[in-house]
Amino acid sequence: MTTISTKFEMKMGVATREAYGQALAELGRTNPSLIVLDADLAKSTFSATFAKEFPDRFFSVGIAEANMVGIAGGLALAGKLPFASSFAVFLCDKGYDQLRMCAAYPHVNAKFVGSHGGISIGEDGPSQQSVEDFALACALPGFTVLCPADEFSTRALVKQMAELVGPCYMRTGRAKAPIIYSAADTFQIGRAKLHGIGRDVAIVACGFEVGYALQAQAQLQEEGIAARVLDMHTLKPLDHEAIALAASECGAIVTAEEHLLDGGLGSRVARSAAMSRPVPIEFVGINNTYSESATPEQLMEKYGLAAPYIVEAAKKVVKRK
Amino acid sequence: MTAQRIESIDELKRLSNRLRIDIVRMIGAAGSGHPGGSLSEVELLAALYFRVLHHDPARPDWPDRDRFILSKGHGVPALYAVLAAAGYIDAALLPTLRKLDSPLQGHPDRRMLPILEASTGSLGQGISIGIGMALAAKLDNKDFHTFVMVGDGEIQEGQNWEAAMFASAHKLNNLTVILDNNKQQLDDWTEKIVRVEPLSEKFRAFGWNAVDIDGHNFAQVIPALEQARANMSERPTAIIASTVKGKGVSFMENNVKWHGVAPKPEEVEAAVKELEAKFA
Repeated sequence: MTTISTKFEMKMGVATREAYGQALAELGRTNPSLIVLDADLAKSTFSATFAKEFPDRFFSVGIAEANMVGIAGGLALAGKLPFASSFAVFLCDKGYDQLRMCAAYPHVNAKFVGSHGGISIGEDGPSQQSVEDFALACALPGFTVLCPADEFSTRALVKQMAELVGPCYMRTGRAKAPIIYSAADTFQIGRAKLHGIGRDVAIVACGFEVGYALQAQAQLQEEGIAARVLDMHTLKPLDHEAIALAASECGAIVTAEEHLLDGGLGSRVARSAAMSRPVPIEFVGINNTYSESATPEQLMEKYGLAAPYIVEAAKKVVKRK
Repeated sequence: MTAQRIESIDELKRLSNRLRIDIVRMIGAAGSGHPGGSLSEVELLAALYFRVLHHDPARPDWPDRDRFILSKGHGVPALYAVLAAAGYIDAALLPTLRKLDSPLQGHPDRRMLPILEASTGSLGQGISIGIGMALAAKLDNKDFHTFVMVGDGEIQEGQNWEAAMFASAHKLNNLTVILDNNKQQLDDWTEKIVRVEPLSEKFRAFGWNAVDIDGHNFAQVIPALEQARANMSERPTAIIASTVKGKGVSFMENNVKWHGVAPKPEEVEAAVKELEAKFA
C-alpha cells in the first residue's frame, strides 16, 4: 500500500508493547508450542496479557535476564516456541552473552522482545532507556531484528516473527504510538513500507520515529520538498532493494531512529547505500550520549529526535545533492 | 531404553582408561585443548553413557532421549571420546579435533555436530539451557531427564545461581547438575581464586537435593546418577563429584599447568604408555 500523506496527524493509539501482548495472546490460542517468559516485568512488557490467558505456558524467571535467555534457548532446543520479554536494555545488555550463545550461535527458534526501547520512556531515566539494542541485536549473526512503528504493524510482525524459523529480536516502545496503519495493512519482514513517492529526499525511519518522519514529510511538502518515507520496521535483514531505489530516485537520504547513531538503523542504511548507490545521507539519532529523566516530549526535543530535526536534516541533505 | 549397557565395573574402568588415551591423543594431535578438565570427568561421562542415560545411538534424535549438556564446554574431548565409544560418531574423527571443517570443534558446537544437545563454551549457561529442556519435558508430560555438567570454577558465574533458584522454585526434579569438582581453574586452585565451597550446602540452601561423591569411583558415581535419574522428590539434584584434574596421567594430575595446554608428542607418548600399562 502506498499512501501519500499531505498532512500527518499524530493520533495516538496503543503502545507497541501493548499490541505485542495482544498479539501473543492471540498466537497462544492457535499455537500450543508458544511459551512466554518474562523477568518480573510482565505488566510493563505486556506479556502479562498472555500470562492471564495461559498461566500454564507463562514463566516468570524473576529478576534474572541471563537465566531467562538461556532457558529460552533450552526450550527452543526441546521443540517449544519461546518468546522472552523484558525491558530492551536488560534483555539485550544483561542477556547479551546468552543471546549469543543460546540463540544466535546455535541458531535456535527463540524470540526476544525488548520493551521500553529508546528514550521516549521518559522519566525513568537512562538506566532504563535502551539506546544500543539495535546495534547489539544486529551484530548477532542470523538474528532478525524488528522495530514496529504502531500497534497494527506490531501485531502483524509478531505473527510473522512466530512463523519465521530462527532467532528474532523485536523492540517495542513504552509510549502510546501514533496510528499509522490499519488492520487492512499487510507487512512483510524484510520489506520496508513506503509512504509517498517524493523524489527529493527519502526519510528512512523505524519505530516511534516513523510518526515524526511522516510529520516531517508533510512539513517539507509545504516548503516545496517532496519526500518519501520508508518505514524500515526490519533492521535486519535490511531491505537493500528499497534503499537502492530510494537512493537512485531521490539522490538523498535521511535516517531517523531512537537509538545511538553508532550501529543502528543509520549505520546500516549508510552501508547499504554505499554498496549500491552512494548518495549524501544525514542521520537523526542520539549522538554519543545517554539521555536523562524528563517527559518523553522534552527528551525527544532535547536529544534532537522530534520532527523538526528530521525536516532540518532533509533540507541539509538536499543541499548536499 | 539404554543403549550399550556395560554391567561390569572392571569393564567400565577399562573403558575409562581407553577414553583417557583417546583424550590425550586427540588433544596432542590438535596441539591445543584442555586435558586437565577432560581427564577429570571421564568416569562421570562413562557412567552416564553406558549405564544411566536413556538414549539410543541409532536414533540420536529420539524425542524421549535423556539430555546431556556439557556446560564446561572446554572438557569436550572427553565427550567426543565417549560419543565415539557409544557409537554416535566415528572414532576416526577423533584426530580431527579442532581442525578446519571438523565436526569436533574446540568447544561443543551443535551446528557442526547436531547430536550435541547444546553449543557451550561461554561458562555458566548450561543449567539455564537444561532448565528449558526440563521445563519442556514437564509441559509435554515426558519423562526424559536432563543432566548438566558444570565445573567448580564455572560455578563462580552468577547465572548458575539464578538458574538454581528457578529450578527449585519450579520443582524440576527431572534436572540434575553434575559438578566436576576438580578444584582447579585456569589460573590456579579454585580455593585460591574465589572459594566455591561449601558446594553441596550451597545447592541445598537453594532448594536442591545434593550429594557428595568420589567422581572417579563407579561404586559411588553410578548409584548417584541412577538415583538422580529416578528422583521422585520435588527437588532438582546436584551431584558434587570430587575429582582429580588430569586424572590418570601422573605428570598432569593436580597440576594447574594442564588446565589448557596440549601435551607435546613425547608427552603424549609418555601419557599413553602410562595409561596402557594400567590394564596391560
